Amino acid sequence: MSPRQNILVLYLSTSALDTPVIGWSRYNGAGEDPPMAGDGNQPPYRTGVDALRDGWRLIQASPLMAPAPGAEFRTDYLKYEFLFEKWVESDAVAADSEQRS
Amino acid sequence: MKLTTLQMAEFVASGVLCLEAVVPEELNARFLSRVQSPIGGGAPRLDVAYRRLFESAVLPALPPGVDFFEHFEGLDPLDGIFSLSSVRGAIESLVGCKPRFDHHFLHLTMGQEPVSSRSKGRASQHTHQDSTIDPRRAFDIQLFYFPQAVTAAMGGTRYVPGSHLRIVSESAIARYQNVVGQQHIVCPAGSIYIFHMGIWHGAGLNVSATDRYLYKVRLAPSQPQVRLWNTSDLDCSMEDQRPIFWIDPKRSDPIAERMMRLEPWYEADTGRLELINRLKLWRYLTGSPDVDIDYWLTRIENDW
Repeated sequence: MSPRQNILVLYLSTSALDTPVIGWSRYNGAGEDPPMAGDGNQPPYRTGVDALRDGWRLIQASPLMAPAPGAEFRTDYLKYEFLFEKWVESDAVAADSEQRS
Repeated sequence: MKLTTLQMAEFVASGVLCLEAVVPEELNARFLSRVQSPIGGGAPRLDVAYRRLFESAVLPALPPGVDFFEHFEGLDPLDGIFSLSSVRGAIESLVGCKPRFDHHFLHLTMGQEPVSSRSKGRASQHTHQDSTIDPRRAFDIQLFYFPQAVTAAMGGTRYVPGSHLRIVSESAIARYQNVVGQQHIVCPAGSIYIFHMGIWHGAGLNVSATDRYLYKVRLAPSQPQVRLWNTSDLDCSMEDQRPIFWIDPKRSDPIAERMMRLEPWYEADTGRLELINRLKLWRYLTGSPDVDIDYWLTRIENDW
């Protein structure tokens, strides 16, 4: 079976990878029981670094942006988004999905 | 029965108020009977069920912008529900005594048999904010009426407390599957949740054998939303503010405590911006341009 990509998105409380997870999402390249909105109330990891230690590879992090003049107090999207990937055999994808659900 | 100042503080801080089991069983039964009978038996597909509901006109088709209370008068059982003193009082406290009707809808989330072909591919609804980008200071409310008891398996609405002041674009937040502190509605029959228009939410997946019904109506103010609740205990004087950081552990201030309670999902820095935005909303609602809590606004307004 060819490997498939799993994506883990972690939202952290600051721009530092070693700060707490406040939100998360998972998207699997294979598997019969895909993750979906509202499928868990406990984060899969305590911090972003914990995900690294479990074999996830960081592929993107939110840049630090200065607030737009006049909109310094506006809040909108989750600010500190980190995208991780893990390449797994598709059978393992399903098992991994169940483990984290 | 108007809302109290503490209930208003709860709404400003979290974007939601729950009137649990506020609708009596007799009205719940009448509502369910009215919406269930056109669907009939045989577990029809969702599109077939909706076609039958629209053809039976179980809800009135009303244009947006009309006077809500005037156009719902005499409509059974909705008039009875919105005339309950605690329901009407909550509406009037938030959007005034002549709110405008925006729209309403009956959300039907069908149950499923334990082994069912229609289960495959079903998923919960993505997280979203209703309508579109809405940066107003004034706000609409959305009433979510659950006429039947909602169990965890029935996939009641999921929402993120304290998300209502974030300015996002509807389903742009669909990527967010889970947020620390998110809530899944589980409630007794006859509960009404009142949401600020900006709350992040989504329908859960109904994995029970029972069809779930949710009646939702959006209402808009037709006047400034200033001091519309029971303000007999409102104190906007800036004397005797509570100490900050080095606090007085013996002091209790329920309004300030509720207004300043952070949600567990707020980022470390934007959590403080959320407090500032709550305080700006509080100034609007109280009609007090200088009111502040914990010095958040006063500090940054001290410009010379």
